[in-house]
Amino acid sequence: MLEIKNLHVDLEDEDKTILKGVDLTVEDGKVHAIMGPNGSGKSTLSYVLAGRDGYEVTEGSAKLDGVDILEMDPEERAAAGLFLAFQYPVEIPGVGNMTFLRTAVNAQRKAKGLEEMSATDFLKLVREKAATLKMDNDMLKRPVNVGFSGGEKKRNEILQMAILEPKMCILDETDSGLDVDAMKLVADGVNALRNEGRGFLVITHYQRLLDHIKPDVVHIMSNGRIVKTGGPELALEVEKNGYEDIKAEVA
Amino acid sequence: MALPQAKLDATEARLSSVTRPDGAAWSNAARDAALARVRAAGLPHRRDEYWKFTNPDTLVQADAPEAALFDSGETPLYDTIDRLKIVFVDGVFDAEASDDLSLEGVAIERLSDAASVDIHWAKDLYGVLEERGQSPVARPLAALNTALATDGVVIHVTGKVSKPINLVYHHKSTASDAILHHVIKLDPGAELTVLENGPAAARFNKVMEVEVADGAAFHHVRAQGRDHERRAATHIFARLGEESVFKTFTLTANGVLTRNECIVELTGDNAAAHIAGACVGDGDFHHDDTVFVTHDAVNCESRQVFKKVLRNGARGVFQGKILVKPGAQKTDGYQISQSLLLDGDSEFDAKPELEIYADDVACSHGSTSGAIDEEGLFYLRARGVPRDIATNLLTLAFLAEAVEEIENDVLRDEIVGRLEGWLERRRD
Repeated sequence: MLEIKNLHVDLEDEDKTILKGVDLTVEDGKVHAIMGPNGSGKSTLSYVLAGRDGYEVTEGSAKLDGVDILEMDPEERAAAGLFLAFQYPVEIPGVGNMTFLRTAVNAQRKAKGLEEMSATDFLKLVREKAATLKMDNDMLKRPVNVGFSGGEKKRNEILQMAILEPKMCILDETDSGLDVDAMKLVADGVNALRNEGRGFLVITHYQRLLDHIKPDVVHIMSNGRIVKTGGPELALEVEKNGYEDIKAEVA
Repeated sequence: MALPQAKLDATEARLSSVTRPDGAAWSNAARDAALARVRAAGLPHRRDEYWKFTNPDTLVQADAPEAALFDSGETPLYDTIDRLKIVFVDGVFDAEASDDLSLEGVAIERLSDAASVDIHWAKDLYGVLEERGQSPVARPLAALNTALATDGVVIHVTGKVSKPINLVYHHKSTASDAILHHVIKLDPGAELTVLENGPAAARFNKVMEVEVADGAAFHHVRAQGRDHERRAATHIFARLGEESVFKTFTLTANGVLTRNECIVELTGDNAAAHIAGACVGDGDFHHDDTVFVTHDAVNCESRQVFKKVLRNGARGVFQGKILVKPGAQKTDGYQISQSLLLDGDSEFDAKPELEIYADDVACSHGSTSGAIDEEGLFYLRARGVPRDIATNLLTLAFLAEAVEEIENDVLRDEIVGRLEGWLERRRD
């Protein structure tokens, strides 16, 4: 369970407050969606939770299964079960995708006191998960995300999620840059991971992703706060009327 | 142009303490001529343009500064590879520790033996390629080597040699000052791989002259020993015939001062020269790659790929030149030198140069200095990879382009293994 309470965040280098008191709880087994206009703080929230440099938490807390994650290094958060699917997955020339995946799996296993996964077991696991995402051997061998299309990068994110089996998945605008087919493939990948023990926080600008990944709860974020919370129907309302109505309503 | 009096005096003072070795008439003549070249050029001085970034004082002075011995405790490099080992201890051939020198397709002799024979093929190469490499830039330390070297190997390659020749350089005396000179002649169509490893001496001056005849192929992988205080000035002079291949890779980890010069002349059409190096330095480390590639034939390819990882005040230098002579059309020249500075104390100086006198050529060069990619680092950490492991992974990735210049998988894995070890030891 992810519990965010009264989270205030400034940009470190500028005197600018981005999050102004976010309250949000994502229960195990649930899919929460955050929608909101550009600049509302959605992506900042995802980065702050994942532990990216450049942000200063001035107030509030974020706990994963009761443990405060904000003081942890990014790798500790990952080992604790947090996963961020990046809006812009990073290209890493010179590091093979398989090497990357294996290093990540074994690092997390080590952090949990488990032995490294054998090369055979690992290969089997990756092949199986990659097949469901229609990723071929070539994509696994190439350097991480280098030369990948937008859709391939997003599938690679979901592959990592499937292999690392996190407790809490944050998807930051996973639908951006995807055509309908690619979006369906990615959504199927996410849906296959839904289970009772795993929570999802899906950040998106548009309702269309939520046609494929059905949320239990929808939040609207505006100006650094959650301004409205409702069921799936809230996403449809946004799609129909835009954010202006909601902003006016809560103002 | 007359030399400044101070330089002249310093050179004469240094030469006053040396004795030209005595051998056959041809080798005496070659050594005398080399001494004359040293006198004409003067020994390097830190005000010389070519030594702008590297202070040559300790390479030039009469006595070698002492260098503590270092036992890495590691399995010797290339140990899993079937090879012919030729061992030198502090610059002296060690027959006991070396393998039997007979091998099909190749004739191997000690320089001291070859230089005493009245008629020897080495006459046409010893000091000859070195002399060709003295223009347009003088390389006095190489000429000094030709004048004074008594040991080394002369290798005549007549066929495709089945296994690599491994020159192993042990360092056992803290005050050793070693000079080795190797001459390698590949006949048309011949093929040879030469491996080198070890620190060699407290101070090491080495020259390797390589003649690669038409259709021949020479591969070279070198790892300079990890002894922290060792110093080295090395030169490779290579001349390439038609459709020949010359590929050299050097790994340098530690060493207080290293200057590696590689001078390659492409004289036959369709030849290819690849010169690569990866160096990793921590603390008191100065590493200089100075490369000069001359294209003097049609449709040749050359690549210079150098990567340096520097931390804790380590310093890297790259001086690389591509000279395309008139008529050397369809030249494909590539040069890249990059440094990864792991902290703010380290420094990289690069001087890339192109000089082109033909109009139908493709030459590119680039040089960069940068820190570790923070975006990549965060991405890896967000997947649970600890910062130190992620940094090492990105560092190896940075070095990959240079290391990939090693064609042979087994050799490449050996080198990568050493790099991983170096990074691993610095994780805390």
